Amino acid sequence: MDGQGTDLLYLRREEAPRLSAPISVAGPLAWLRAHIFSGWISGTLALLFLALIVWMTPELVRFFLLDAVWSAPDGAACRVQGTGACWAFIERKLDFFRYGSYPEAEHWRVDLCLLTGAVLAARLLWPAGNKGALGRLAFILGVPLFMFALTPGLGAVLREPARELAVLAFGIGLACVLEFGKARTSLVALGFFAVYPPLAVLLLQGSTLAGLPRVDTNLWGGIFVSLMVATVGIVVSLPAGALLALGRRSRLPAVRFFSIIFIEFVRGVPFITVLFMANTMLPLFVPDYLTPDRLLRPIIGVALFASAYMAEEIRGGLQAIPKSQYEGAMALGLSYWQMMRLIILPQALTLVIPNIVNIFIGLFKDTTLVAVVGVFDFLRTIDAASADPVWAGPNIPKTGYVFAAVFYFVFCFGMARYSLMMERRLSAGRRH
Amino acid sequence: MSDAQAHLQPRVSPLNNPAVRGYIYQGVLILIVGFLGWEAIVNASTNMRVRGIPTDFAFWDRVASFDINQSLIEYTAASTYGRAFWVGLWNTLLVSALGVVLTTFLGFFIGVARLSQNFVVAKLAMIYVEVLRNTPLLLQLLFWYNAVLKPLPNPRDSISLGAGIYLNNRGLVLPEPQFAPGAGFVLAAAVAGVLLALGFRFFARRRQAQTGQILPVGWVSLGLVVGLPALVFVLAGAPLSFNVALLRGFNFSGGVRVLPEFVALLLGLVLYTAAFIAEIVRAGILSVQHGQTEAALALGLTRAQTLKLVTMPQAMRVIIPPLTNQYLNLTKNSSLAVFIGYPDLVQVFAGTVLNQTGAAVQVIAITMAVYLVISLVTALIMNIYNRRKALVER
Amino acid sequence: MKAFAATFLAAVTIGALLAPAQAQTGSKTLELVKQKGFLTCGSNTGLAGFGLPDDKGNWTGVDVDLCRGVAAAIFGDPTKVKFIPLTAKDRFTALQSGEIDMLSRNGTWTQSREAELGLLWAGVNYFDGQGFMIRKKLNLASALELSGASICVQQGTTTELNMADFFRTKGMKYEAVAFADINEAVKAYDSGRCDAYTTDASGLYGSRLKLVNPDEHVVLPEIISKEPLGPAVRQGDDQWFNVVRWTHYAMINAEELGVTKSNVDEQLKSPNPEVRRLLGGEGDFGKGLGLPKDWAYRIVKAVGNYGEVFNRNVGEGSPLKIKRGLNALWSQGGIQYAPPVR
Repeated sequence: MDGQGTDLLYLRREEAPRLSAPISVAGPLAWLRAHIFSGWISGTLALLFLALIVWMTPELVRFFLLDAVWSAPDGAACRVQGTGACWAFIERKLDFFRYGSYPEAEHWRVDLCLLTGAVLAARLLWPAGNKGALGRLAFILGVPLFMFALTPGLGAVLREPARELAVLAFGIGLACVLEFGKARTSLVALGFFAVYPPLAVLLLQGSTLAGLPRVDTNLWGGIFVSLMVATVGIVVSLPAGALLALGRRSRLPAVRFFSIIFIEFVRGVPFITVLFMANTMLPLFVPDYLTPDRLLRPIIGVALFASAYMAEEIRGGLQAIPKSQYEGAMALGLSYWQMMRLIILPQALTLVIPNIVNIFIGLFKDTTLVAVVGVFDFLRTIDAASADPVWAGPNIPKTGYVFAAVFYFVFCFGMARYSLMMERRLSAGRRH
Repeated sequence: MSDAQAHLQPRVSPLNNPAVRGYIYQGVLILIVGFLGWEAIVNASTNMRVRGIPTDFAFWDRVASFDINQSLIEYTAASTYGRAFWVGLWNTLLVSALGVVLTTFLGFFIGVARLSQNFVVAKLAMIYVEVLRNTPLLLQLLFWYNAVLKPLPNPRDSISLGAGIYLNNRGLVLPEPQFAPGAGFVLAAAVAGVLLALGFRFFARRRQAQTGQILPVGWVSLGLVVGLPALVFVLAGAPLSFNVALLRGFNFSGGVRVLPEFVALLLGLVLYTAAFIAEIVRAGILSVQHGQTEAALALGLTRAQTLKLVTMPQAMRVIIPPLTNQYLNLTKNSSLAVFIGYPDLVQVFAGTVLNQTGAAVQVIAITMAVYLVISLVTALIMNIYNRRKALVER
Repeated sequence: MKAFAATFLAAVTIGALLAPAQAQTGSKTLELVKQKGFLTCGSNTGLAGFGLPDDKGNWTGVDVDLCRGVAAAIFGDPTKVKFIPLTAKDRFTALQSGEIDMLSRNGTWTQSREAELGLLWAGVNYFDGQGFMIRKKLNLASALELSGASICVQQGTTTELNMADFFRTKGMKYEAVAFADINEAVKAYDSGRCDAYTTDASGLYGSRLKLVNPDEHVVLPEIISKEPLGPAVRQGDDQWFNVVRWTHYAMINAEELGVTKSNVDEQLKSPNPEVRRLLGGEGDFGKGLGLPKDWAYRIVKAVGNYGEVFNRNVGEGSPLKIKRGLNALWSQGGIQYAPPVR
């Protein structure tokens, strides 16, 4: 209005046309500059990596896809010069990789066992109650289907549709019961730690009482054994680790002493030597009639190993609980064990759930070492399968290892993501 | 205590007295542990006697009669099992020590890269960490072993890198240094150089604290550590010659050879552990309040200076304890050498020696004890370092 | 408190007394096996042609078939075997401790293993020897030209020691590259890490198939060691020793007499007294072994004669295509020889 009154020509009456930002601060080029060529060193690095990817991709595609052998009755096709990965080998031996020598007619027992374990574990690990609709769906369908795809796979469903689908239905049903029945976490935990293991052993080993043919542990093998060894490690190490952690923080010198000795000893030696010890020395330490089963020995080794690491993680959790919690519990007149069971441990364990998952990932990766004591774990089955002269060829073990690496990666990465999510949630809850 | 007070004290069973209970618990625990331990010893001795397993250490001095392809000390097939043990131990220490140093650099680099502003660098660092953390180390080692061997030619087509250095699938062949009498002076000069450099650094620190003057520590140290020995080297008449390797028959003879197994193991361990260290470093840096960085930038420090002088010293307090664990893990993981044929302690001693002598209990006990000692010593050193770092926070 | 201590002490004493008593049992293996209803047999964790699980996880191989033969002789059912895969490290302890009834895991028969470990070899089901494989283009005619070579080997077996002895006695230098796993040793050789690869000659053929170009590699003629591979049992149980030993001999005798898996039923009616004695038509030769009369018939019916087993697992009928060589019958230029059944 002011400008209108005066007659100044140099005053602008309307807004100047808006120019787009200079390309040096906005747009794709600027983004590239800010995020890729921001500095001399990082720019070179980025370019180098990009070049590497461009250089390697065609070769990888050729080896794993274009020149790969997808289906063949034996290794002859894979032995031809210039062929790539031998997926036919994986396809043909897949059952062996998954179950080892477990009799084919009894595979459903393994599937049932793994599915139940997966659903129970998922229920325990999943933050209780507050799932959205999507979360519920993922829990009820996703977990059973994922586990199901991992073990029996499509082949088994085609071969034995009724039995395998019944197994799947059971898994989904169990998930539904746990989800909609609002099962208490403590009850599920009791189920997973106390009821599930003996039932699983009974189911896997079979017994004449239950009308199941006996399948001895020397026939167990493959992915199933790898998963089992790691799971037993966790199932044993949680209570054992909690006890050891409490022992390490105990007022009683003898208890503290033994706990520290055990924890530091096991953590101070390589896993491989613990396995050797469990395999060769353990049978010497017990009278003949108590000689542990061949599969049980490495499992004992794994359990000891995991307990020591778990103890340290739980100790970390215990230290994070404010002193007021202890004092409050004591003021209420709770006994030591009541205090631990009802007040301290539930909080401490929730705090360290991500670390527990990380220990499980570590254990699962470390189970590759049980092969050195002759257990047919996943990696050992791959080695045995590629020793088969019918499937001898330079690319065949390679394909097996790639398959194993991908399997381990998918499994561990999934678990790691989960642990990260939990970590965020927990820290969000604790932020004031 | 007066009578009246004694009267007020309620009568409780001594079983409810926490102190008494404590003693009972401990007594029971000691008994159980003692029982198990004793039982184990009794069983082991009878079982071993019945099965004809040796229970003594007589094997230690017997002739090993197998060969080891890398030994830092004198060893032949005519040496004893005890000698083989030391060969294995030195090999383990060599790969662990080198691995710890290299993985620290790589881990810190990737940890910082993970937080880089540069999109590609940050994402690549993330992919690196995720892939390496989530696959078994054993598979990685097998992969690296093949990856190291694959592109290298056989000895007859060796890649010559000049100066008597050759690269082939038997390893990296280097000229072997041979020292003439005067070499001792050079060594002494090197030691003196390092000591002087440390002393100068200490002096410069004090000077800076007192006067604010910054002395060129880096250049002076370089001069002392490199220049001083070099000067003595020239003065002593270059007391060093090289025994260059020659291709004879199948392979090079003479010279020093770095085995591909060693390289693959070192590579695998360093890359794997670096992924974990990167995560630790990242968490450590993130634990430093953002205000610190902003304040440092506001003071006019560059990003690199901020990282070096402000962020890292604070982050180190969070980083060191888990870093120690990673060092220990690397050392322990070096036992996977057995899968790719590097003659470390487990491969030589808990492998071949155990098989040939059958002395399982002794061999495994010794192996475990060695790792335990290594772990404890490493932990001790790192704890001392940690305490020094923690002191900064007055 | 005192009660606790007393109980523990008592338990310790009982435990200590029980342990040695328990370890002594096991001299009646045959009876125990019959009681259990199955045979427990220590097998390799995976060696082509000798002991290896197939696609379905069923064990196959020369050593495996011997166990199946023993099971067939005892139970008339070759499937009544529980195979326990054992590593080189704990194969002998497993046998000593009674965990397995017999060890059929390409174990070399040596003096110290019998004298010091308390084991007995019941026979030799494969005469082997350690050999070398090299690249053809090296143009070597003999292992004596291997001076200075790098050699890939599996660690922890007699192989490693034989090689050290060989080079030491010949005064030659070499580099041993030892791997825990045989597959890794082969792979390293194939990638050029080593000039030669050494293992038992039988294993060399299996390994060759895994190489990128099997035709570019040859096996050197020298055999640097004697490796008699066979089943082992514990000392102090002669009956069981005989059962295992004669199972092996029955298979060899069957081959010598022309009795095969397919014609064994017709051969029952054979007029040849040797065949009749073997198959139980004349006399009862199983009795002394603690086995039924038709024990040898059961073995041949289940797994075939020695020649068939050899052919199926490692010979012309298998991908390994190993020649009979020393393992041919004595009458055909080999040294497989069985005492007669009479």
